[in-house]
Amino acid sequence: MSSLAVHRFQFAFTVTYHYLYPQLTMGLALLILVLKTFALRGEEVANEAVRFWLKIFAVTFVMGVVTGIPLEFQFGTNWARFADQCGGVIGQTLAMEGVFAFFLESSLLYGLLYGEKRLGPWGHWLAALLLWIGTWLSGYFIVCTNAWMQHPVGFTEDTNGILQLESIAAVLTNPWAIAEYSHTMVGAVITGCFTMASIGAFYLLREQSVDVARRFVSVAVVLGLAASIAAAFPTGDAQVKLILKHQPVTFAAMEGHFHTTDKAGLVMIGQPDMEKMELDNPIKIPDLLTVMTHGRWVGEVRGLQDFPNDQWPDNVPLLYYVYHIMVGLGTLFIATMGWGAVQLGRGRLWQSRGLLWVLMLALPFPFIANTAGWLTTELGRQPWLVYGIFHTADGYSTQVSYGNVVFTLLGFMGMYTLLSIFYFFVTTHIIASGPGPVES
Amino acid sequence: MATLWFCLLALMLATYIVLDGFDFGVGILHLWIARSEPERQQVLRAIGPVWDGNEVWLVALGGTMFFAFPKLLATAFAGFYLPLMIVLWLLMFRALGIELRHQFHDPLWARFWDVAFALASLLLAIVVGAALGNVVRGVSFNADGNFFAPLWTDFRISGTVGILDWFTILYGISTVVALTHHGAVWLAGRTDGDVLTRSRRIAQCLWPAVVGLTVVVVAATWWVQPTMVRSIQDRPWSVGLMILALGGLLGARMFAAREQQRRAFIASSVYLYGMMASGASWIFPYVLVGRGEYAGLTAAGSSASTYALTMALYWWIPGMLLVLGYTAYSYRSMPDPF
Repeated sequence: MSSLAVHRFQFAFTVTYHYLYPQLTMGLALLILVLKTFALRGEEVANEAVRFWLKIFAVTFVMGVVTGIPLEFQFGTNWARFADQCGGVIGQTLAMEGVFAFFLESSLLYGLLYGEKRLGPWGHWLAALLLWIGTWLSGYFIVCTNAWMQHPVGFTEDTNGILQLESIAAVLTNPWAIAEYSHTMVGAVITGCFTMASIGAFYLLREQSVDVARRFVSVAVVLGLAASIAAAFPTGDAQVKLILKHQPVTFAAMEGHFHTTDKAGLVMIGQPDMEKMELDNPIKIPDLLTVMTHGRWVGEVRGLQDFPNDQWPDNVPLLYYVYHIMVGLGTLFIATMGWGAVQLGRGRLWQSRGLLWVLMLALPFPFIANTAGWLTTELGRQPWLVYGIFHTADGYSTQVSYGNVVFTLLGFMGMYTLLSIFYFFVTTHIIASGPGPVES
Repeated sequence: MATLWFCLLALMLATYIVLDGFDFGVGILHLWIARSEPERQQVLRAIGPVWDGNEVWLVALGGTMFFAFPKLLATAFAGFYLPLMIVLWLLMFRALGIELRHQFHDPLWARFWDVAFALASLLLAIVVGAALGNVVRGVSFNADGNFFAPLWTDFRISGTVGILDWFTILYGISTVVALTHHGAVWLAGRTDGDVLTRSRRIAQCLWPAVVGLTVVVVAATWWVQPTMVRSIQDRPWSVGLMILALGGLLGARMFAAREQQRRAFIASSVYLYGMMASGASWIFPYVLVGRGEYAGLTAAGSSASTYALTMALYWWIPGMLLVLGYTAYSYRSMPDPF
């Protein structure tokens, strides 16, 4: 592995691991607010549900905090040339996250966990509302930063070649950020819903805490169906259209579309063969890619071969796979939650043990889909760190040697293994104890 | 504009040291101060609602440095790669030590996290102190204006320097002692019974050590970094900051003797603010001093454009006012206040 590769791998590893936690806390923050709203109308079972999920939320939140700080640091430690060149622009959105979101969240969490009596029902509801706002604001500033790297706006280059901020408003209202943010948040809600449905189904199958568990599943299925549909349309669709317009080479690579044609099929399955420039064992829906991009039966869709090789994402097969994994799982999510919602509507969900088994076992898949989605975003941006203006290969810190990065990479791997073990212990303990009064 | 942001950054750093500093102090002390489970609960409750918010000052500091002084962030973070990574790992253990302990009611589990919390706090105080020492002593830049500090070289301050040498270790030890004192003063205002008695006794015993080390550190700093003496000639008012620090230290003793713990804590905070402000005023106009021919990075030479710095004030000031609001709320809603 080269120095560039090890710097990249460390960031990829730490950010991928980190995002397993915030997608759950951002999703749960909304679900907790919804449950807390039901509780305001005097439904004690909803309050029980809130207490249970706040416990899971708190542990997950701490994990998100401790794995998030290294990411902010790594912009400087591992990507110094990038920080120097672009910090004057993207530093602003990162700093806003700390100032506007983290302080708010940290001052609320303790009150939410231990202050239900002291705050009263409306106070507790307000705290849940602010927590939701805090976590989702945090998401906006981070996605805004990422969106700027995908589609840089609102900057100028000074005489030393350093990028300087020209308009903070342009950075904050980047059209890419709005599409990417809505898609990311919908993804987080999917994770929250599947997690809540899974734990609820687990209790129902064991006939434990049945009232609370039914509330988990019903809220999660309804919201989960809405979010799963929204992930495909309009948010996913808007995101793909932006990629098609601004990163056409990424679009071709994602779709596994090698050759320019007027009647392009949509690839469902197949393995990219980069030597022969074609897909092995393909299953395609004829003409669908053309229809989806042009809205008519005949229209040119540019293939990967049309673009110079040095503009291609540097790992086309992986990009193609993660994109297809995300889309495939997303389709299954709509089907699962749709099935759940139909059964719920007919009043038969609690008797459908098969469906409850499916919901329980579905837990890992939204995490995989969200991860695959981010890998699509980040691999698709390559070979650029800031699309079209700054190469990834020019960004890493040359003064930090290969050996030192391997040392810290191994350190992070060890630390994160430990964190996973602790998180698993603690959450299984919370789940095994079941919904009940919060301990003081 | 760069000068203004230099002051704001120094203020944020000092606030981080003052606030998270007492968390470190409590962490270092808690194994001795709390001898039974109820006492341990009392000690952890004294920081439980606020420690996370205190840590956020570090994150906000990093973000502010990123947009206001991108070149400083790039140079310093990459150069101090190893200690920063160690800080990150220690912060993880510290956070888990506080938050995971309550998740299981098992004595071995609790003990494990208690010790992890104490060790992480101690090491964090040393590393933070050593880091400040490095900034004061200066680093060995190479020809392209970068540096990479090894963890140590030969522990002397001549030639190529590492993170740890006698001078930065002195800073580390002084920081441990000062923050332990600060933590004891905080606990004395937040606890009762035996814990209160022990906290006060520890604060009392540590005070002379804080005074002694302050004198040694200031003397060593002037000797190691002659540019600082020149700064005092340029900005004589900076002596006032040092006097403020000493006043705070004196106040911490006086108020503690009168059992006015809230005032003693404020005085101890004034001491830390005074020390940090003196240091900042002596380093300026540099943000990172160089050793050898490369003089170092200045605030003006490493800042973002004037437009970016001006723009940032429009959101940073209202944002920080909100932060002061949240912080005041968290501290006021803590269980038994001063």
